[in-house]
Amino acid sequence: MTVFTSLSIAAIKGFVRDRVGLFFTFFFPLMFLIIFGLLFTDNGPKQTKLGVVGDGPVITALRKAEALNVTTVDSVDAAVDQVRKGDLPAVLTERDGAVELRFAASDRVRAGTVQGIVGNVVNQLNLAGQPVRFHLAQQPVEDTSLKPIQFVTPGILSWSLASSGVFGAALTIVSWRRKQVLRRMRLAPVNPLTVLSSRLLVSVGIGVVQAIIFIGLALTPPFGLKLAGQWWLAAPLLVTGLLAFFAIGMLAASFTKTEEATAAVANLIVLPMAFLSGTFFPLDNAPRWLEIVSKCLPLRYLNDGMTAVLSRGQGVEAIVTPMLVLLGFTVVVSAIAAKLFTWEDS
Amino acid sequence: MAISVRGLTKRYGDLLAVDDVSFEVAEGEFFGILGPNGAGKTTTLELVEGLREPDAGEIRLLGLKPWPRNSALLPRIGVQLQASSFFDKLTAREQLETFGSLYGVSKGTAADMLELVGLADKANTRENKLSGGQRQRLSIACALVHDPDVAFLDEPTAALDPQARRNLWDVLRAIRERGKTIVYTTHYLDEAEILCDRVAIMDRGRILAMDPPATLVRGLDSATHVLLAQGTLPVDQARAIPGVDDASEDGVSLSLATHDPGPVLAALAERGTLDGLQVRSATLEDVFLNLTGREYRA
Repeated sequence: MTVFTSLSIAAIKGFVRDRVGLFFTFFFPLMFLIIFGLLFTDNGPKQTKLGVVGDGPVITALRKAEALNVTTVDSVDAAVDQVRKGDLPAVLTERDGAVELRFAASDRVRAGTVQGIVGNVVNQLNLAGQPVRFHLAQQPVEDTSLKPIQFVTPGILSWSLASSGVFGAALTIVSWRRKQVLRRMRLAPVNPLTVLSSRLLVSVGIGVVQAIIFIGLALTPPFGLKLAGQWWLAAPLLVTGLLAFFAIGMLAASFTKTEEATAAVANLIVLPMAFLSGTFFPLDNAPRWLEIVSKCLPLRYLNDGMTAVLSRGQGVEAIVTPMLVLLGFTVVVSAIAAKLFTWEDS
Repeated sequence: MAISVRGLTKRYGDLLAVDDVSFEVAEGEFFGILGPNGAGKTTTLELVEGLREPDAGEIRLLGLKPWPRNSALLPRIGVQLQASSFFDKLTAREQLETFGSLYGVSKGTAADMLELVGLADKANTRENKLSGGQRQRLSIACALVHDPDVAFLDEPTAALDPQARRNLWDVLRAIRERGKTIVYTTHYLDEAEILCDRVAIMDRGRILAMDPPATLVRGLDSATHVLLAQGTLPVDQARAIPGVDDASEDGVSLSLATHDPGPVLAALAERGTLDGLQVRSATLEDVFLNLTGREYRA
């Protein structure tokens, strides 16, 4: 048996037999998927509300249009009161063909939205029966409605890959150094690169299993993830991502001595990076400085690439830049880690 | 010569860990380096193994230079490290197979090593479930899995209970019978006296004496002490026995110092006072006391 195979097998056995490690690698990320995927399911853009009193063709048409969140209110007085308080942006009364819209002038934006939509519906009803001169076709760009799960899945998957990559590399090296396994390897006729590459292969294997379990669960009905056409492009992206995070783990291992210190440093790297890279919350409305900071983090690129191929249905062109950036990180960080690396504690 | 060291020196900051040390170890020899903690034993070993770069001096290990890392040399030496230097969560057999694979050793050979160190029944036990003595034996098996010519064992019996220590002595003797050169460090002088062909006594980075244990002890020309229960014999009568250099009481025993124990024992036998008699001759501890002027403290 070659050194490469036997060291890989040793690492796999060590990993599989470590229950706590298994929990944090496979089940901990699933907990996040459950929290973000199920609890925040209705976190999409909120529809503007409209209070209605009475009934008639205009109100029926508004309900059909689904552009506004139409709520029935018992009396005009109660409705107007709610508009005054700011609970509703506007109220529409319809009685015997007379339609009246009353809105809160203090809330121009929402009131404007309501006015536009109601005006549109009324116009269409007025024109009904006349020949149609223009037909406006409408279609959303995404093939499904943009449910949060479509963004939550690639984000949390990227974070869990980063986490297992950094921790896997860092803790293995520090434990081997502290327990003098590294010294033993140094005293054996083996190439250090063989040792490293076997551990890297195991990390990639763990990452693939993580991704399969994770995406598999997200595809089930309660979560309802819909994979985009070229989802398999996530595989090469995953490998380059793990390379980068493995290198970061090596760097963390090169300046820490105990497993506790290493875990602390790894957390200090991974957690802020996860928040700043938009893996838990989208960065769409983030301030500009945050946008710049996140562009300096490898996780941002893995996350962007994963979202592009898993949810947005983009192709190869969407992962080229992320992969190149991740490889660049790998080269630079590995070089620094190699410089700082020590075989022994003292 | 398996090992030849000349003028070896290693300094850590202000501390002179190894100070102008020279020694040779013949092939097939069981060579012990003894001394209290901090004497420089481990550093000396690490320098010879090629784990550290000497500040000065010359080392030849199997005729080759160990520093910098010499891949031609590595398959021919075996180094036993601390008891805990194992892979995580692997069984005794898996540890041996994995370490063996680093040297291209087959799985079967690796498993045979368990036999040698008496762990065949623990093959499927995880390393962390083994007792201290068993782990130490496994550690030695891992160091010897590739059948090296020279084995370095750093305090293999430290922190073991007396029974485990004696079990390990059997293992060490078995290895020696295979014709291996063994260099080992210990702070148990009694153990070195039993196991080693030759010992070097080290203190504060220097080798103070180097010879077979018996030669060192005999060279002391120290008295043999015959101990009797106090009150068996009055001190002045004891002093009058021919051959007795001195006699003294310490509250428990009467101690007779002599360089010629034969006639003294005969005289005591005549008086019928042999009950509970003990004879204590000089040990390596006395050698250490004589060399350093202070009591031996491991």
